[in-house]
Amino acid sequence: MTTTDPYAGERLKLSPFYPRQEVLNIREAWSAWNGYKFAEYYYDAEYEYFCVRNQCATYDITPMQKYEIRGRDAEVMLNRMVTRDVTKIGIDKVAYCVWCTDEGRMIDDGTIFKLADDRFMLTCGSPCTAWLAKSAFGFDDVTITDVTDDLAALSLQGPTSCAVLKNMGLHGIDTAKPFNIMHFPFHGESLMVSRTGFTGDLGYELWIPPELGLKLWDELYAAGEDYGIQPYGEAATNMARLEAAFIMPAMEFNEALRTVNFEHDQTPFELSLGWLVDFDKPHFSGRSALLKEKQRGPKYTLTKLDIEGNRPAEGSYIYGNKQCTKEIGYVTSAMWSPAVKANIALAMIMTDQLDNKMWAEIYYEKELRQYSRIAACTRKKKPFWAPSRARATPPPDC
Amino acid sequence: MPCWRTMASVRHKKNNGRYKNLDRYDSIIIGGGHNGLVCATYLAKSGQRVLLLEASESVGGLGASREFHPGFHASIAHSVSHFSKRVTDDLNLRSHAYVPGANPLPTVGLGIDREHIIFDQGTLRGVSADDAESFKNYSRLMHRLADVLHPFWLKTMPRIGSSNFTDLMTFGHLGLNLRRIGKKDMLEFLRVASLPARDLMDEYFDDETLKATLSWDGLIGAKMAPRSPNSAVLAMLYRMAEISRGEHSIPGGGVNGLITALSQAAVAAGATIRCAAPVERIRLAASSDGLQANGVQLTDGEIIAADRIVSATDPQRTFLNLVGVENLDIGFTNRIRRLRCSGYVAKLHLALNSLPEFTGLAQANGRMIIAPKMDSIEFAYDAAKYGESAENPVMEIVLPSVHDASLAPAGQHVLSAHVMYVPHELKGGWTDAARERICESSIDTIARYAPGIREQIIHQEFLTPADLERCYRVTGGHWHHTEFAMDQMLMMRPTYEAAQYSTPIPGLYLCGAGSHPGGDITGAPGHNAAREILR
Amino acid sequence: MNKYDAIIIGAGHNGLTNAAYLAKAGLNVVVLEKNDYIGGAAVSRELQEGWLYSSCSYVCSMMRQAIHRDLDLGRHGLILVPYLGTVNFGDGDERLFSYHDEEAAHHELKRHSPHDADAMHRFQTDLTRYSQLIRKTLMRTPPDPASFRPRDIMEFLYLAKQFWTLGEKELYEYVRFFTMSAAEYLEDYFENDLIKAAMASPGIIGTALGVYSPGSSYVLLHHVMGDVDGSIGAWGLARGGMGAISDAIAGAVAEHGGEIRTNAGVQKVLVKNGKAIGVVLENGDEITARIVVSNLDAKRTFTRIMDKSDLPEGIYERAKNFKIRGSSGKVNIALSGMPKFTGVPENRYLARGGQGFSGSLETMERAYDCWKRGAWSDDPFVESVIPSAWDPTVAPAGKHWMSNFVQYCPPELSSGPWTPEKRDAFGKSVIDKIERYSPGFRDLIVHMEVRTPHEIENEVGLTEGNIFQGELTIDQLFFNRPFPGYGQYRMPVKNLYMCGSSTHPGGGVSSVCGANAAREILIDLRRTNTVPVDDFYDE
Repeated sequence: MTTTDPYAGERLKLSPFYPRQEVLNIREAWSAWNGYKFAEYYYDAEYEYFCVRNQCATYDITPMQKYEIRGRDAEVMLNRMVTRDVTKIGIDKVAYCVWCTDEGRMIDDGTIFKLADDRFMLTCGSPCTAWLAKSAFGFDDVTITDVTDDLAALSLQGPTSCAVLKNMGLHGIDTAKPFNIMHFPFHGESLMVSRTGFTGDLGYELWIPPELGLKLWDELYAAGEDYGIQPYGEAATNMARLEAAFIMPAMEFNEALRTVNFEHDQTPFELSLGWLVDFDKPHFSGRSALLKEKQRGPKYTLTKLDIEGNRPAEGSYIYGNKQCTKEIGYVTSAMWSPAVKANIALAMIMTDQLDNKMWAEIYYEKELRQYSRIAACTRKKKPFWAPSRARATPPPDC
Repeated sequence: MPCWRTMASVRHKKNNGRYKNLDRYDSIIIGGGHNGLVCATYLAKSGQRVLLLEASESVGGLGASREFHPGFHASIAHSVSHFSKRVTDDLNLRSHAYVPGANPLPTVGLGIDREHIIFDQGTLRGVSADDAESFKNYSRLMHRLADVLHPFWLKTMPRIGSSNFTDLMTFGHLGLNLRRIGKKDMLEFLRVASLPARDLMDEYFDDETLKATLSWDGLIGAKMAPRSPNSAVLAMLYRMAEISRGEHSIPGGGVNGLITALSQAAVAAGATIRCAAPVERIRLAASSDGLQANGVQLTDGEIIAADRIVSATDPQRTFLNLVGVENLDIGFTNRIRRLRCSGYVAKLHLALNSLPEFTGLAQANGRMIIAPKMDSIEFAYDAAKYGESAENPVMEIVLPSVHDASLAPAGQHVLSAHVMYVPHELKGGWTDAARERICESSIDTIARYAPGIREQIIHQEFLTPADLERCYRVTGGHWHHTEFAMDQMLMMRPTYEAAQYSTPIPGLYLCGAGSHPGGDITGAPGHNAAREILR
Repeated sequence: MNKYDAIIIGAGHNGLTNAAYLAKAGLNVVVLEKNDYIGGAAVSRELQEGWLYSSCSYVCSMMRQAIHRDLDLGRHGLILVPYLGTVNFGDGDERLFSYHDEEAAHHELKRHSPHDADAMHRFQTDLTRYSQLIRKTLMRTPPDPASFRPRDIMEFLYLAKQFWTLGEKELYEYVRFFTMSAAEYLEDYFENDLIKAAMASPGIIGTALGVYSPGSSYVLLHHVMGDVDGSIGAWGLARGGMGAISDAIAGAVAEHGGEIRTNAGVQKVLVKNGKAIGVVLENGDEITARIVVSNLDAKRTFTRIMDKSDLPEGIYERAKNFKIRGSSGKVNIALSGMPKFTGVPENRYLARGGQGFSGSLETMERAYDCWKRGAWSDDPFVESVIPSAWDPTVAPAGKHWMSNFVQYCPPELSSGPWTPEKRDAFGKSVIDKIERYSPGFRDLIVHMEVRTPHEIENEVGLTEGNIFQGELTIDQLFFNRPFPGYGQYRMPVKNLYMCGSSTHPGGGVSSVCGANAAREILIDLRRTNTVPVDDFYDE
């Protein structure tokens, strides 16, 4: 091709896995994530969701932002940025983290991979380059590189995922505990596998240089053929993560640096992520604000709700009385859970109302006519979906 | 100036290669500039055990005298214009041999091919009758406005959004003061406060040299030119606030005379002063409540404990070097990082074998400003904006030895000049040749007004802002530690959460020019910080 | 008995808006225009057969939709269409494409600087926050800070409440933004010079400040606080050129029974016993009315069409000192075809956007340095747009017209008065700059019109050709606009009002000044208010 595409700059980028995805996405259901063309679903969202819960399925996480943080000061720098104690992460271990503004409002969540004493990888949902640069200012020996486009990544989730990887020849993968990392030789390069995921189920994430992306896909799909492997898109991901009660930006929380209105962002305590805030570690950004928040108690608390009926409470207000006059919160995500056969939701509820009875006012449509009903809500302490295989090592084969 | 080493410093015993101090101080002041001394004295007077640590061989910072050539002394600050009367009285400085300059220096707008403009003790000479008349109106307005602001330079600025009663009173007080000067003046204040110097001058005067000369006090020390809006008038009003009305004078013994008095007052109040004791780190103790400043570590490893640390050094140095970013929040660090701290004033010192003669000027006893037009200032600034040095620098010249013969050998003289605008970061970097070039062009400029001066020079010294940074340990070589601009003043100086002299780190305070009200030799930040600490 | 209730001097868009609202309240109004066409600087003129130039203002984002809807301007022929991405040209080969799509825009920024691509999110968030706050003040009369009247005190409380909702931290950040220079403010966000230059350029448009002058970041905000259908910072083009806006408002004036007279330049405002009673036209005719509303700028109003002796003491001096500096030029060009720009793909969507010949911060600042010295720069900042790319009514089919706004151009040259030769030399500097990025551009020119501040003043009547009717610096904003004590549209002479951009909230084709003045006039005349309250997209 000699003629250049005048619209090249406007087009979405293609993942290294795109040639295979393109074939399988027979519904042409594409959306975008961080500039990459990204499948909303391939065939049917619910089908893909059941693949995740019943067999195994792959989700392209290449567009996730990936930063390599190197240098003698890398650990101190990260430790001052995130609320968890980074010094407690072992080599080849992963930790889920959040980081906050000085005011203790959450900027984003993500995972830190400790690859060596002076080498880390940070992954997160949206670009974070400017904040990382601010965080690194004042440290002598730390280099931050955006490796998003230099590292293809595929998430393999579901009960048969371990079996598939074993079948692919990744010997010893069954010994990897949750949040562990293992490295395998792969066509002259290293394939990194972490036992992580966003479905609340058994699962792994595979990291590979982009030029080997298709080889990985092909070998994985060959190995997974008898284990029901299937690609899944954003829609099924959103279902699985909600059952696991994982938070999503722009759903459960608004990234603090992109929040226009005062305190329309959230603190980790509001998101029930207080366990990620370690006040015993060295100083970190937002510490004093978070300490105050902890002592005072958050105004709202992210709560798991089981709601009567079968109409998802999307966008509903939550009330403290059945007359719906006393507003105590709002739903952030809601759906009918096919796995647990329950009408589930995540909601921000005023902390002092958590122990009281709650009702959701649900609006829904039936053949163009609008209906509403008032449904009692039950607060759940545990995630809606948390199978024991997700934590078992070695995991069961299927 | 000699260093005060008192018994306290002798008590330190060597222990395993490190000094160990068994005593604990109530407060350690980092930096012996005039604000550090003022703060130390107030704290000591209240009964605190105070240790002041100065990195160099003598206290005084930019006010300290240096012998830049055998027998010739000069300090970077060459005159005093609005040192706080309250501090002078509170600390009883006169009893410590402080002799405020008896006569204010005439301000002289040097002219070429025209009469010089001389402003001396309320009278203005060398301008048209119209301008002289306008000057009366101008001074009246400026004095009224300066009076409105006067009380606030010695107040702690409240936090916006605070519901604290004292804080709200401060707001109310300002509002009331403003309203009290009458509707017309109040409205005029709200307009004039943000005006560029040039527009204000254009409204009153015709004479270009007069306009430039009067603009000078709004611009010097800042990265601003006559056309820059928003901060120049406030700087002028700040400098006019004291009873001196902003007129400059040279104290007995030069500016160093004031420093000497301040050090004596500090020692007399019981403070310990240690020179040549550069601080490497501020030590912090961590507990479940967070960090707490509890001492300092000197560059030689010595550790000294104290209940609180008060930093008179600039905010960037305090937080980025002495505290360390890992102990600060990221947003706060960024706010300190983005402070505009690049100085634009260089210092020229000339040792002269005799008194220079300025053409048409009877006596060179004033503060002589070389800025023939507002555009001269503007265009000199334009070059500095791009990191270049001005072809025709503008400057303020004083001959301190005319007022205090001790500063130079008998019959000989010191010429001291603030040269604007000289960038802290020169394009291509500072070299000896670059410094030499600007020094020579500055002398050439002076020679246009004092034609014989080249032959009188025994020795010359030129200190760029980069030199000032190195020699005086002040970031950017900035007189005011950080730019005196609307976004970095009042409750935003140096930044919110550190604008009330306390900082995000309990036990760490600021008392230098980087805090409200700001730079120049005023003693006000030191005074205000001490009050907050003693609250 | 007066024939008219109100005389409005000047048929610019604010004068027309004012007239429309007064007429709507049942007043008998006449708008007097010195030119033989209406619209002032919001005008479309056929200066070359077949081409319709928006010869002064060229794009619109500040028009308040509440007014647009209320005066039914759509029915009077107005449609505002947002335009697409812009190309910013660096000093060298760098090009920054502001793609319409968010994902594409992000990747384009990332191509220049990954850091800045991320920082842009925070920048836009912050700008949105500041815009939302400032927008709330637009269609409100500024309170008088020295007054104890309940209305003024209530207004201050309203403002204080709005500020309070920012939270302590953002309040400080807002003050910072309000007082800093655009270049220094942007330092906190961006590292790439072309991105900084592109972002800073709205901070100098129409103003005698440089990107490094404190106060220019407010001017930046002034340019992005507008919106097209709720998308803040978007700019739109009027079908049929900017004159379509004025024509539509004139349609509303006519609908409500108002009268517009062209070729009716006002020579003098008649004042009797300290009250404005009417005007004398240049042809000697006298027209009397209950009130007189000047849509001219403050300097022109008080120093040109009023007698110093009719003014209270000090007002003449105030007006003389009113900062209304000419700093911009305009070059309107009829083209025989669509120009091609080097390094810019032939992307139909980009072609429907604008061009920013911004270079770098230093290039823009050096252009300002030239202005300070009474000269134009050989390397000016030019903001261009080719409306004919989508508007079929402004150029013959296949041909184009290009609007080029130039910053800076001095009102007076240090080399002596403006002459036609100098004007053409100035125009050439603009063409040369564009030619640098579009070889062959010169050959496409069918006709061009060069406007220096001198031409703008002579034709439109804006003193020094200042497009905002007065600098947008703190000393001339809000209750200080035009003068302290006269920020509420009532002028020092009784029955005299001002309704132009010299009043709050300042310049731009917003119709707000005219509408706000009408509201105050109707209060004084004890008429029912016809001016709508502003509406927001749930801010």
